Amino acid sequence: MTSLVARPKINLRKYSSRIVQYAVLSLIVIVVFVPIVMLVFSALKTRGEAMTNPYTPPIPPRWDNYLNILRAPNFWTMLKNSLIVMAGTTTSVVLVCSLAAFVFARMKFRSKDLLFNILTLGLMFPINIAILPVYLLIRDLKLPDTLIGVMFVQTAFALSGNIMILRGFFLSIPMELEDASYIDGCTAFDFFWRILMPMARPALAAVAALTMIASWNDLLVPLVLINKETLWTLPLGTMQFQGQYGMDISLVNAFVSLSAVPTLLFYFFAERQIVAGMTAGAIKG
Amino acid sequence: MASADTRGIARNPRRTSFLSHKAWKNLTIFLFLLPAFVLFFLFIVYPITKSVYFSFFSWKGFGDPTDFVGLENFQQILKDKIFHRAIINGLLIIGLSLSVQLPLSLGLAIMVGRDLPGRAFFRMIFFMPYVISEVITAIAFMGLYNPDPTRGLFNAILILIPGVKAQAWLGNMQLVMPSLFVVLTWKYFGLHMLLFLAGLQGIPIEVEEAARIDGANGLQLLRYITIPMLGSTIRTSVYLSILGSLQQFILVWIMTKGGPVNASEVMATYMYRFGFVRFWYGYGSAVAIVMLLISLVFSIGYLRIIRQPEYLGGE
Repeated sequence: MTSLVARPKINLRKYSSRIVQYAVLSLIVIVVFVPIVMLVFSALKTRGEAMTNPYTPPIPPRWDNYLNILRAPNFWTMLKNSLIVMAGTTTSVVLVCSLAAFVFARMKFRSKDLLFNILTLGLMFPINIAILPVYLLIRDLKLPDTLIGVMFVQTAFALSGNIMILRGFFLSIPMELEDASYIDGCTAFDFFWRILMPMARPALAAVAALTMIASWNDLLVPLVLINKETLWTLPLGTMQFQGQYGMDISLVNAFVSLSAVPTLLFYFFAERQIVAGMTAGAIKG
Repeated sequence: MASADTRGIARNPRRTSFLSHKAWKNLTIFLFLLPAFVLFFLFIVYPITKSVYFSFFSWKGFGDPTDFVGLENFQQILKDKIFHRAIINGLLIIGLSLSVQLPLSLGLAIMVGRDLPGRAFFRMIFFMPYVISEVITAIAFMGLYNPDPTRGLFNAILILIPGVKAQAWLGNMQLVMPSLFVVLTWKYFGLHMLLFLAGLQGIPIEVEEAARIDGANGLQLLRYITIPMLGSTIRTSVYLSILGSLQQFILVWIMTKGGPVNASEVMATYMYRFGFVRFWYGYGSAVAIVMLLISLVFSIGYLRIIRQPEYLGGE
């Protein structure tokens, strides 16, 4: 690429700029980890140790805080509730969105554009803003204090974005495939179920992963719809726990860091799908 | 398509026996769209429409709204100093996001670039805060912001500087918004970096090489090649950033409840306070409608004027 004489100089420059790059990036890595590490440090200390030397690494680690929480039944109840809501919301989002996205991507009919534009308007009504109207409706439907109510609301507000992501993906599957399947005697439903859905697995995984994270982390909907302690989800329980035991910082931090574990495990496991969904979503939306 | 239709009929006596092909197709469309539209209208359109109605009443949540007050709620909101503060704080978050958070994310994305060894690792770590829930983020930072230097890390570092006193970050009316903004940046810079990384991926490496051969330095490269070619990604990022700022709620609510003395009030905390703490459903509904109108006007305006996304108007 460059002449022989210039090469060593450029390499040197490249080398030093690489060092700067890594230094800056490593600094940011530390910044990202500080809040999390401080949580875990404090959780691994006794209450007294956390008071006297809060910033040192926990040597030796005290596992009592974690054990106390894992032994208490309410942590497991919250975990179970969160799992139920996440599974219910994700299943219905994937199912409802792929049915609709299929129609918008592959079928021709009058008022298709109109219907699609109506649905995309949903993107402009995020749940944070619409929560009061939604709460009043749920109250009328006699659904407060039910997990199913949480699932319905989470699903409804996840529709617009995910239908757009899936529609984009369905559009990219070659038309010839559909013609061929009809020649072979497939109905629209056969094509959708036996050919399109299996082919769309990466996109479905991305949508599912994003929905799982959003549902798992959601605090607002359970906060507003759920009062009964036995129905608290993990984020709601975390907030209440912090309010109740705020004095015992180590115990609170043990609870908080423990409730982050499922998300982080899932993130490191499904990072590719999450990133794919995120970028597809943002670029489409 | 037409040929596929006739073939479909010929090969499928099963369903043509009781329904024509066209009726069958329409039935499929109807049934496939039904669940999405039922959920959409029941849980989004209907409640919002009803809220418009409630917003004309002074209603404290008992029985049906009967005390019709017309536009009084809206006048009240627009006159309320606390709501003004919420708007100003919203604009402040937007301003800081656009001037600090996005350039930071863009800079980091360029640093991580296309081919840095360890790229995947940095991407994974930087995006991690985005997937950690807001509750956890809020509680973790409340610990760091503790006003007591023997409890809060930020103050412990701050008092190392001679002559500088510990600060009540979240309890100080001047410091509370910048402090919250730091948390927002920690949580969201990875999202924007991710978008920029995806955008960078779309710039052909030959363009940059050609510019380099023509003698462009790093800064010129950034100014004349990278940023212009990232145009649509930057516009998306700005859009998400503004919309996200307008809707901020959980972090602010957990960390400050809008305090001290409403210094960190944002629109969503204002609405929550009236709707769910005081149970003024009529007034709260009016606040929700105002917020909806603000985001709607912004969204439509931005999409029409700045950025035409591919989905509006179909293909």
